[in-house]
Formats: sequence, structure tokens, C-alpha cells
Amino acid sequence: MTRYVLVRLVNGLFVLWAALTVSFLVLHLVPGDPVSVMLRGGGGEGAAIDGSLADELRADLGLDRPVHEQYLDFVWQVARLDFGTSFSTGDEVGAVLARALPSTLELAGASLLLALVLGVAAAVAATLLPNAPLRSAVLSATVVGNALPSFWTGIILLQVFSFGLGWFPAYGDGEFDQLVLPAFALALPGVGLLAQVLGRSLRTALAEPYVRTARAKGASRLRAVTVHALRNAAIPAMTLFGLMIGGIVAGAIVTETVFARQGIGRLTADAIGAHDFPVIRALVFLAGALYVLVNLAVDLIYPKVDPRIVLRSA
Amino acid sequence: MSETPPLLTVRDLRVSYRTRRSTVDAVRGASLTVPAGETVALVGESGSGKSTVGLAVLGLLPEGAEPVTGSIALGGRELVGLPDRELRGVRGREIGFVPQDPKASLNPVQRVGAQVAEGLRIHRLVDSRAEAARRAEELLADAGLPEPARVAQRFPHELSGGMCQRVLIAIALAGQPRLLVADEPTSALDVTVQRRILDHLAEVTRDAGTGLLLITHDLAVAAERAERIAVMSAGRVVEEGPSARVIGAPAHAYTRELVAAAPSMAAPAAPAAAVRAEGPETLLAVEDLRKVFQVRLPNGGRERVAAVDGVSFTLERGGSLGIVGESGSGKSTTAQLLLRLDRPDSGRVVLDGVDLATVRPARLRRLRRDIQPVFQDAYGSLDPTFTVEEAIAEPLAAFGVGGRAERVAELLDLVRLPSTTRGRRPTELSGGQRQRVCIARALALTPRLLVLDEPVSALDVSVQAGILALLARLREELGLSYVFISHDLAVVRQVCDRVVVMRRGKVVESGPVAEVFAEPRHPYTRELLAAIPGGLRAPAPAVTAGTANAAIPQEKRLT
Repeated sequence: MTRYVLVRLVNGLFVLWAALTVSFLVLHLVPGDPVSVMLRGGGGEGAAIDGSLADELRADLGLDRPVHEQYLDFVWQVARLDFGTSFSTGDEVGAVLARALPSTLELAGASLLLALVLGVAAAVAATLLPNAPLRSAVLSATVVGNALPSFWTGIILLQVFSFGLGWFPAYGDGEFDQLVLPAFALALPGVGLLAQVLGRSLRTALAEPYVRTARAKGASRLRAVTVHALRNAAIPAMTLFGLMIGGIVAGAIVTETVFARQGIGRLTADAIGAHDFPVIRALVFLAGALYVLVNLAVDLIYPKVDPRIVLRSA
Repeated sequence: MSETPPLLTVRDLRVSYRTRRSTVDAVRGASLTVPAGETVALVGESGSGKSTVGLAVLGLLPEGAEPVTGSIALGGRELVGLPDRELRGVRGREIGFVPQDPKASLNPVQRVGAQVAEGLRIHRLVDSRAEAARRAEELLADAGLPEPARVAQRFPHELSGGMCQRVLIAIALAGQPRLLVADEPTSALDVTVQRRILDHLAEVTRDAGTGLLLITHDLAVAAERAERIAVMSAGRVVEEGPSARVIGAPAHAYTRELVAAAPSMAAPAAPAAAVRAEGPETLLAVEDLRKVFQVRLPNGGRERVAAVDGVSFTLERGGSLGIVGESGSGKSTTAQLLLRLDRPDSGRVVLDGVDLATVRPARLRRLRRDIQPVFQDAYGSLDPTFTVEEAIAEPLAAFGVGGRAERVAELLDLVRLPSTTRGRRPTELSGGQRQRVCIARALALTPRLLVLDEPVSALDVSVQAGILALLARLREELGLSYVFISHDLAVVRQVCDRVVVMRRGKVVESGPVAEVFAEPRHPYTRELLAAIPGGLRAPAPAVTAGTANAAIPQEKRLT
């Protein structure tokens, strides 16, 4: 067990290294550099760029050195968990992240919880509802939910519940009522996906002979589903849920932009726009680490759910 | 005659399933009676509707079944049309159910004890969780499981098939029901385990006065275990009566067919191989074969298990050698080694003077033409996307043999498949037809040796008889040799002239079939022979009222 976790963590380090290296390469390959963005940002469109000032800045930030040196430097910094200061604000990257994190944690937590509750409910409804048209209606709803892009659902939710009905504020963070709409918008595709995957494995599980055994004992359909089928059907849904947690940062980029929340997603969008290398690097690190840890956690839970699963470090 | 109604009366039961395109009448007028405390066997082949009758009695027909018509009365109470709420009170409390596939019929993620306790708690037969757990252990002990307290803490995958079936019997009996419905309770189990489970079922139903509806495809099991037999064919009960009468003097043509097709222990041994012009010449010699697997133990340790442990035998050209044994005896691993699908750890597999265990890959590939497999699961061993023609032609294509279309036609003819099956896919064929396709494919490259691993165990008896006859004819016509692996001694007796009995990786006994079956020397062979359900051991085609009664003592003689 301990050995398994260690091996997986070492593998995780490689994943992180690969993610960071790819992000480094992409940032250095795309046209434009942080210095020109900074200078343009300061003086508007027409501002003349002072060539010598730009060079000075580049030297200051270490951007004038050969790419391979910059890369080695970058690896060394990350290895020491030293993420440096933001190009655009000059603040410690750690502090920048710490400011943005609470808002996103709130949003992620709320939307994942929503996705889980609604997803499981929809899956159970789609298998248990007494009449067939109703079941397929729930099923179709999950497909639609999954297909809707979250920026669009976000805008529709704003139109209806904020501008139309005025039930919830349109933007901002910190308050509960400000959380409701973005959490829904972010959760919706997940609800659909989770309901479909869980629904399918529930139907498979319900056709298994052990469900008939349970019914032959006198168990009701609801009991057969909740006590027997659900746990057997949980594994694929757990895998998916793990991926959803890992992908939450990507979802937050759109949602936080639409709802004007100052979170990690918004920070990511801004940092990429500004070519703010140190911040991007820290964000990639954060997202990568989250991915690795969540997947490990999910794998460690598998054997608790299904005793036939044995963990094996390949 | 008393006034009280019989325990279970089924009258003119009709069940249809509606599918997207059509309606299938699974049961079209079934009537039978189970008197209190008696065992009634419902016999029929797959698709006869016998399992549907069982499920209808439990009120557990799958979705898509149209409303049932007819009557199912339990002790005078009509069950047809009862709402699920009320049926829930009947299931598990008044009717217990023992299902077919023990390993799949227990929830894999729940401890066994909890699964036994569940019924007690649903029907409020216990007051507390602790009492339910205690009672569950008692039930497990009653079901004949040693150390019930420890077994209760196990998950199903940690138990053998036989133990799982005992757990399911404990579940079925938890509510002390008046009627037990057992659907093929032992067909997934080894023959010796089968006997113990059936003995146990007989014992508990006798002691508690429980009626037993035993659904089985195996006429021999029915004859041995039931007071009465009801024979089902194409959705109808075509004959019902006392077992001895139904077996001894079957009134219906279909029953006569079933009785005749059942592989009989008294059937004459296979005709001596016809092709023996060149005298007894060794085709295959297996010498001291060993294969060891590493098994992971639940506690994290490892154990080395010798699946095949020093196995030796020889097979003459044109001969047919049976390998018998229970699951875990190593017979299928032996097949894998013979086919060189797996490499032995030591020992030799000498085919016509060449050792397959050490031969170079290029040579081995050429030798594969001479030794071809036929497996148990015909459906699983055919690519679902291939037509029959493509499946049969594949080995020809692999070895670049020309004239494939004519050869396929020839092979279809050889296995007696109509040429119209050429373009069909596996799902459009019956089980017997699929196995014929597999045999045709195995014959495509004109091999000298077929390794047949349980080739008929998945088939109904009448289909089984057809395949066995085909194999006998092919052997004679083509001068083939067979290694025939089976758990079914009656089948081996029909098609083999020599037999090897395996147990835990070792050969415990071998010799000519007639000798080994008449005078088994090893106690294990005797146990295997004794476990075969009896009652059908008279020469099957000649069964009359007189001989059937004589057939039962004959079983005692064999034991």
C-alpha cells in the first residue's frame, strides 16, 4: 500500500514535469512576449515602445537569455517551489494565488456537490421511474445538459434569474447568493455526463443476477437499486468524477469570466493574456498537482468500494 | 384426498415478452402442481420457457413481459395480478429462490453474512442488527458451511462456486418459506459438488416439509431427485407425471426424444477407431508436463501453484483420448499447453516426433496446421463481425491457401450446415450451429489432431447428441485424432477410447475407457463416477417401462 502510493507519487512528479515543460514550450513558441504586452498595456494602443526600456525589462526578467537556459532555470525554480513574482503586478505569485483561491474553492466545491447530487438523482430517476417515456425524458435531459456549453448556460441563467427575475445578483463573489448561478452553470455539463455514465452502469448492474437474488428476498426495486446496484455501478462514475475535479480549473476559466468572479479561472485567463510566465507556471503546477492527487485518491478509494479490486504498482 | 389445496398450482400460465419488433410467447399454457413437501422437476431445453415459469411464480418477470394470464396459486392464494407491494411479502417469506449462477447471484461488494441477513431484516423476522447477524451465521451453518462466523465476513469472490451456492440456499431458506424455486441450482458446479448440493437441498426440504420446484435441463438430475416431472417444450408443459412413469414410459414424443438424447452411462463406448491401418502408431506423446502459476494471496503474499504437475500420456493416430476432472484439475491448462498457446515450464509435447515446447517459432507456426482447437464457448470464439464464411476462411487466408470459396463450401457440407448459413453472423446462428462453424474452422487446414475443450458443455442435450455424432463421424471419415476435455464422464464415454483422470494437476488414473469406468482404481475416479446423476443408465434408445425401473438399482451398482 505505502509502496503503491510512493510509486504513484513519483509517477505524478513526471506528469507535473511534463505538464510544465509543455506549457513552457507553448508559451515560448506563441508569438508575442510579456514585455511588449506590458508596455502596450501601460500606454494604450498608440504608445511608442522605447526600445532600450524594453531591452532593459527583458534583461531584468531574464528573457534575453537563450531558451534552454531559461528552461533549466525554470525547472530549478519549480523544483524549489519558488514561483517568483508576477510580471504584470510585481506581487509574489504565492500571494496572487492565495487571493484568488478561496473564491474558486467555493465555486468548485459548490458545483461539484451539485453535479454529484443532481447526477446521481438523475441516474436513479432514469432507471427507476415507473413509466418509460418519463425515463427517456430524464435521459434526454441529461444529454442536453451535457451538450450545452457552460458560457452559454451562464449567459442564459444570468438573463433569466438575474436580469429577468432578479433573484440572484449577476456578478461578484463572497456571498452565498452570488454563488448559486455560477455553481449551476459550472455543474450542468457534469450533471449530464455523470447521469449518463452512472445511468448506464446502473442499468447494467440491474440486469445482474444478484439483483434478482435481492428481489427474491423481498427487497423493493428502490432497495435493489440503492443497496445493491448503486455501489456496483459506482466505479465508472467515480473515475469520471475524479476527472471532473481535475478539470475544474478549465471550467472555472469560462464561468468566472462570465460571472466576473476574481478566482483562479479568471487569473488564468488574465495571466495567459499578459504572458505572465511566473503566474501561468504556478497555475499549471497547481492544476497538474490537483489532477495527480485526485486521481490517486480515486484509485485508493476503488478497493473500498469494490473488494475485488487489488491495487498493484505496475 | 384432503380438502387443503396443493402448495403450488399453476394453471394455463401464459407469458409473452414484447420486443421492439415482435411479441415472443415464452410460455403458452403451462400447468403443474407442487404438493406440499414434494419435489417437482420442471425439465426442458433452453428456450423452452421453464425459467420463465420459475420467474412468474416469484413475480419477478423482467420488464417487457406482458401481463401474465392464467393462474398461479400458492396454498390457494392467487398470485397473478398481485401488486408488487404484496408480492414483496411473499418473496423470501413464502417462496425462496435458488438461482442458477451462484457466483454472479451474490452481490460482489457486500459481505456474505449481510446478504443472508438482508431477507431477515426486510421481513422483520429479527429485532436487531446483531440478532440478524447471529441468525445469518446459524443459517450459513445449516447450509453446511464450515466456520460460519468466518464465512459471514467473506466477500463472494473469496468463496468457491459450491460455497456460494450454499450461501444462496441459506438466503433462500432465511424466511422459512413453504416453497423453494431452484432454477438450475447446480449446472454451474462440478459434478461432485453438484451431488452434495442436491443432497443438501433434498435434506432441508424434507426436514422442513418445504415444496421444491426444481428447474433443470438435466433429465438425469430430475429422475434422481424429483417425485414428479413436468416436461416443457416450446412454452408448453407437454407431459407431467410421476418420475418413473415419465422416464420409463414417456407418453409424449418430445419426452421420448429427450430421454433418448441424454448421454447414458450405459451407452456403448465409441466404436474403435476405424483408421488403424498402420497399426497403433503414436501421434502425440506428452511427457512430464509442468506449468506453475504464481498466485497472489489476499494477505499480499504469493504462492506458487502447479496447475499441471507431471502429466504424461500418449495418443495413437486415429485415437480419441478423454481428459476428465473437475474445475481446477488442470485439464484446460493442459489443453493450452498442447496447443502451445502457453509454454510449459518443463516437459515435452511431442507431435509426430517434434517437441512443440522447444520448437522454433517459424516451425511452430507451420505445425499449427496439424493441431487445431475447438473451445466450449462457441459464441465467444467467433468474431461477431465476421460472417460464417469469413470465420471459416480465416485460417486458410492466414496460411495463403487458395480456392477458399470452394473449400468453405466443402467444410460447411462436412459439418452439415446448409450453404445458406455462409453469409450469416454468429448472432444469427443457434448454439449448435455456432459450434459446427467452430469445428469447420478447426478442420479448414486439414489438421491431424483436434484439441476439444468442453466442446458440448454449453449445449442442450439434443444438440449435444448431434455434435457428438458429428465428431464421431468426422473422426472416422478424416482419420482425425482427438484430445477431448470434459467434466462430463458420460460424454467422454461416448466419444473416447482412452481416458485420463486429472486431479489438482496430476494424473490419478488412466487407461481404456471401458476399463476405467467399469473398475475405477483411484478413489477420486470412483467419486466422480458416483456423482453422476443416475436413473438414466439403461441403454437409452431402448427405454421402456420395464427397463427404467431397473435403471435405478443399476446406479447403486456403479457406486
